[in-house]
Amino acid sequence: MSVLVYTENWDGKFKKLSFELVSYAKAIADQLNTEAVAVSIGNVEEDELKKLGNYGAKKIFNVQDEKLKNLANQPYAKIIAQVAEKEDANVLVFANNFTGKAVAPRVSVKLKAGLAGGVIELPSSLDPFMVKRKVFTNKAFANIKIKSEKKVLTLFQNSFEIKETENAASIENFTPEFSDADFRTEVKEVNKVTGKILLTDAEIVVSGGRGMKSPEKWEPLEELAEVLGGATACSRPVSDEGWRPHEEHVGQTGKIIAPNLYIALGISGAIQHLGGVSSSKIIVAVNTDKDAPIFEAADYGIVGDVHKILPQFIEAVKEVKAEG
Amino acid sequence: MKILVCISNVPDTTTKIKFKEDNKVFDTTGVQWIINPWDELALTRALELKEGSGGKIEKVSVALVGDKSSEPTIRKALAIGADDAFRVDTDPGDSFYVATQLKEIAKDYDIVLCGIESSDYTSSAVGGMLSEMLEWPSVSSVSRLNIEGDDVSIRREIDGGQEIVSSQMPFVGIVQKGIALEPRIPAMRGIMMARKKPLNVLEPIEAETLTEYENFEMPPPKAAVKLVDEENVKELVELLKNEAKAI
Ligand SMILES: Cc1cc2nc3c(=O)[nH]c(=O)nc-3n(C[C@H](O)[C@H](O)[C@H](O)COP(=O)(O)OP(=O)(O)OC[C@H]3O[C@@H](n4cnc5c(N)ncnc54)[C@H](O)[C@@H]3O)c2cc1C
Repeated sequence: MSVLVYTENWDGKFKKLSFELVSYAKAIADQLNTEAVAVSIGNVEEDELKKLGNYGAKKIFNVQDEKLKNLANQPYAKIIAQVAEKEDANVLVFANNFTGKAVAPRVSVKLKAGLAGGVIELPSSLDPFMVKRKVFTNKAFANIKIKSEKKVLTLFQNSFEIKETENAASIENFTPEFSDADFRTEVKEVNKVTGKILLTDAEIVVSGGRGMKSPEKWEPLEELAEVLGGATACSRPVSDEGWRPHEEHVGQTGKIIAPNLYIALGISGAIQHLGGVSSSKIIVAVNTDKDAPIFEAADYGIVGDVHKILPQFIEAVKEVKAEG
Repeated sequence: MKILVCISNVPDTTTKIKFKEDNKVFDTTGVQWIINPWDELALTRALELKEGSGGKIEKVSVALVGDKSSEPTIRKALAIGADDAFRVDTDPGDSFYVATQLKEIAKDYDIVLCGIESSDYTSSAVGGMLSEMLEWPSVSSVSRLNIEGDDVSIRREIDGGQEIVSSQMPFVGIVQKGIALEPRIPAMRGIMMARKKPLNVLEPIEAETLTEYENFEMPPPKAAVKLVDEENVKELVELLKNEAKAI
């Protein structure tokens, strides 16, 4: 028996999310009195792979093949299922992100394993296997029972504490079995922004809504994000209008984020918007309308004009940071 | 060439979520039901592709797993422009069960589109499971889909960017925002025609569910917002630093 975690890499590197996943897998392994095993697909150097050991992975399967450079759902699922079988994995852990959502359901069919997506805690019981997940676009939680012998979980971001442990992991090269017939999709072009904090990774997010009034007025919002070391986001009408790139759109139909701090500027707080941001630890709202629903979701707020408040906000952050 | 769009019947996005019977059951009193927003966009794109294909795409169908109460949602899909519809007459059970039912219908199609998640149980799983059951390739987080001749060109969202991906047919596309700009709204003529379009009701096949909901919970109520005066922005920043420890 074992707990298998799939650790995606980004240009050969892991990030916080990867360590969160390994910590989670290790904690389930402890509950089950077994070991956490990780599988990595793609080009990752040994030093980087070893890092997974620091969070509790006992063994790391390293799958390297030029063909597997880009995500291809079908062969990735096949490989992960092969490792799961080899290691007799009972529980499989994925991220609840683009890649996890693409691969986990395929693996679950291969292993005939029930899937719980967007889980936020350790299983509350092992027999029956019960775990809590988000439902109704984050408006509620459900306790779900997985009845199959094997289980597939996707972990909601920022919901489990990262824990370092003393542990030396062994790295094993794994040669999967696959054929050309498994590669029926092909990546032709990759367009990625580099050097910017990704919205889904950011600890602090500064977000603007229609109350920002026009795209030219975004400069101070960007400056606030910069002094805070955060990323920028926006509400749906703002991206629909083309004021901001659609990658910034957060909410039920956009990105779902869970930063430490979410600052909503000129955003009314529609239920569909909150669906994407309500898991933030702290929410701050600035709005001229004291009855705007965003104040019901917010921890801190200012009733006032965002354009007057932004310059003071930036100055105050600079001062407070300078005070140390 | 034929396209199948899998649709689910979900509560309107503004629904206040409530549970009953000891929080074991979702309370549907007063709930307005709609086509899952992503599925509606997928259907819109499928119709655009058909119209632009010069007859190469013969048909766009929709499929839904659900009891009779979901028929208004199917009729709406037909009114928007789907040529015909399938309803598997059973309770949706779980993602695995639904995918097993859809497989029987999907196997006769070239392209199957599913929404990235349904706004009710939010599992993001049916499309991926279906593709594996069919042993077809799948591409997820699809935000654009073009078909020229037999070439399928897909834009897929990835962390911090996008990829352009080609796929062989048949395939399953799991779509999200961007696939179509706005969902199509049924016109009067469409609503009239929808009544005459075939809605095939199928008996479910034997299949199991692998998961089961035990009960539901609402998030704990949030403490009231702490308001800071607009003349005193620095106080807010200090609170964020010292009290919330967020900066
Ligand atoms: C199916 C569906 C899915 C949706 N998905 C999403 C989604 O994913 N994300 C999303 O964001 N929305 C989504 N929406 C739209 C959502 O319902 C709202 O329309 C949207 O969130 C409103 O955006 P907003 O807050 O920027 O604009 P508004 O609602 O117009 O709010 C602007 C706010 O700015 C305030 N304001 C005005 N001037 C100032 C000023 N000078 N200073 C400070 N405050 C000011 C106003 O008081 C107001 O509260 C969805 C809707 C549907 C139907």
